[in-house]
Amino acid sequence: MKRVAWHVGVLLLLAVVLYPLVWVAAATFKPSDEIVGSLRLLPLDPTVENYERAVEGVGGVGIGRYFLNSGLLAVLSVVGTVASSALAAFAFARLRFRGRSAMFAVMISTLLLPFHVLIIPQYVVFQRLDLVDTYVPLLIGKFLASEAFFVFLIVQFIRTIPLELDESAKIDGAGPWRIFWNIVLPLARPALITTAIFTFIWTWNDFFGPLIYLSTPDKYPLPLALQLFIDEASGSDFGALMAMSLLALVPVVLFFLFFQRFLVEGVSTSGIKG
Amino acid sequence: MATVTPVRPVDATPPGAPGPRGARRRSGDGITGYFFLSPWMLGILLLTLGPMATSLYLSFTDYDLFDTPRWIGLDNYARMFQDQRWLRSVQVTALYVVLAVPVKLAVALAVALLLNSERKGQGLYRAAFYGPSLIGGSVSVAIVWKAMFSDDAAVDQVLRVFGVHTGGWSGNPDFSLLMLVLLATWQLGAPMVIFLAGLKQVPRELYEAAEVDGAGRWRRFASITLPMISPVVFFNLLMETINSFQVFTSAYVVGGPNGQPAGTTLFYTVYLFDRGFGDYRMGYASAMAWMLLLGVGLVTAFLFRSARGWVHYSGEKA
Repeated sequence: MKRVAWHVGVLLLLAVVLYPLVWVAAATFKPSDEIVGSLRLLPLDPTVENYERAVEGVGGVGIGRYFLNSGLLAVLSVVGTVASSALAAFAFARLRFRGRSAMFAVMISTLLLPFHVLIIPQYVVFQRLDLVDTYVPLLIGKFLASEAFFVFLIVQFIRTIPLELDESAKIDGAGPWRIFWNIVLPLARPALITTAIFTFIWTWNDFFGPLIYLSTPDKYPLPLALQLFIDEASGSDFGALMAMSLLALVPVVLFFLFFQRFLVEGVSTSGIKG
Repeated sequence: MATVTPVRPVDATPPGAPGPRGARRRSGDGITGYFFLSPWMLGILLLTLGPMATSLYLSFTDYDLFDTPRWIGLDNYARMFQDQRWLRSVQVTALYVVLAVPVKLAVALAVALLLNSERKGQGLYRAAFYGPSLIGGSVSVAIVWKAMFSDDAAVDQVLRVFGVHTGGWSGNPDFSLLMLVLLATWQLGAPMVIFLAGLKQVPRELYEAAEVDGAGRWRRFASITLPMISPVVFFNLLMETINSFQVFTSAYVVGGPNGQPAGTTLFYTVYLFDRGFGDYRMGYASAMAWMLLLGVGLVTAFLFRSARGWVHYSGEKA
């Protein structure tokens, strides 16, 4: 009896938490004027018109293009972040050289630095280099391990790999590169996967960077396209806006469904913010 | 954004260093080390330290992105205190932090306590509660949120059933910030998962002993659970506070660059964006960024100081 009560309680709570998603999913199948004004959750007369208009996109650019842009940014960010963070983490965790501790301390101290302190000078520089309205400002940091958090995460993980493995490889004549590539990287895979997943999701959701740097609609990723839609339709095409918002969430939701184990474990062991 | 602070102070010296094993080896990895670290070193110089110094310099200038920066000393900083919109943004942000952080953490802890038991379907529930954390900061969810809280929409309708007539929240200055607090609370999953990890570490024997002594449920929570998980509470408090200071996307999508309605969602970061990239007052925006850093720094320092009084690490005397 107590067990049933517990499940009922948790499910009720979950219903409240998941309600916004159910509500928006149902809303996308309603005509715009039916979305507000009634308690009815399910559409009286389901329609796919909202999706038809959402697919047309906004600013003369179809939604497919926005998906491609978002995907390109996210994939390149994942590649850059995983590669550069793994290299840096290996150096911090396994190699010995002058200034290592000092640099490690610098890296740790950038963890809590609000990025607002950096954006204006960064913008000024990219503007001088004529790189505004390109993807370079959005991606370059990813290839230079500037997300200190991931470097730290991988360092912590590498620290748990027994040093004896490196030592015996060294006796067999392996250099640092081979130890990195053949021993440490494969064993650090869980940390690399966590890094990849979170980089993908954060980049996919990122709004601030693209908002500052991009100005041509056909380069926009989805979040910026949504903002453009709000500005252009000024709230009149509610249904299509909901449909487009929901479509933009689909890749993140899929990622979540496939990788939820890694995500939840990654958070509880490392304290990542979602 | 991505931030982490370990619950315990970070050991800034990587392992494998000196120690008995390291002492045996005479030569370091010299060049190889710098080679592996070169992307990071480039990044820290060009994208972090360089810009930090530049931004500090710009904060003492009048700079519109086109003419050369003109040195004006502390004027930008002094101006802020006479700038009604700046004062407003400080007020909005402070109120948001003070409301959103405790509410979100309390709800996250309550759900974690509920889920902290060996039951079937546990993992699934956890994942389901965690989900919103991943999408909550996106433009999509901000749009959905605003729609749900608009006049006559879902929330308004539900409240009416209970006889509460508030109208839409998104256009109402009395409720707009509260709506964003609820959006923050909706993302309870991340702190919840961390609370759960902390709860797992509490030794069961403590509860058994307390039960023998006749301690009630509340007493056990207050005297065992809370002190035992205080390091995790501190960690979550720190992270949520720092993140709340920097909320941008949802505020901007809901209220635009002017913090509609009536400036009630003019968050600090939104105003900073508007000054910097709306009016191109780059010097002023840089000064604002440094004030933010100062503010966050002071609050963080205060939290660390207060932690001495209420955070207990196991193995330490309480």
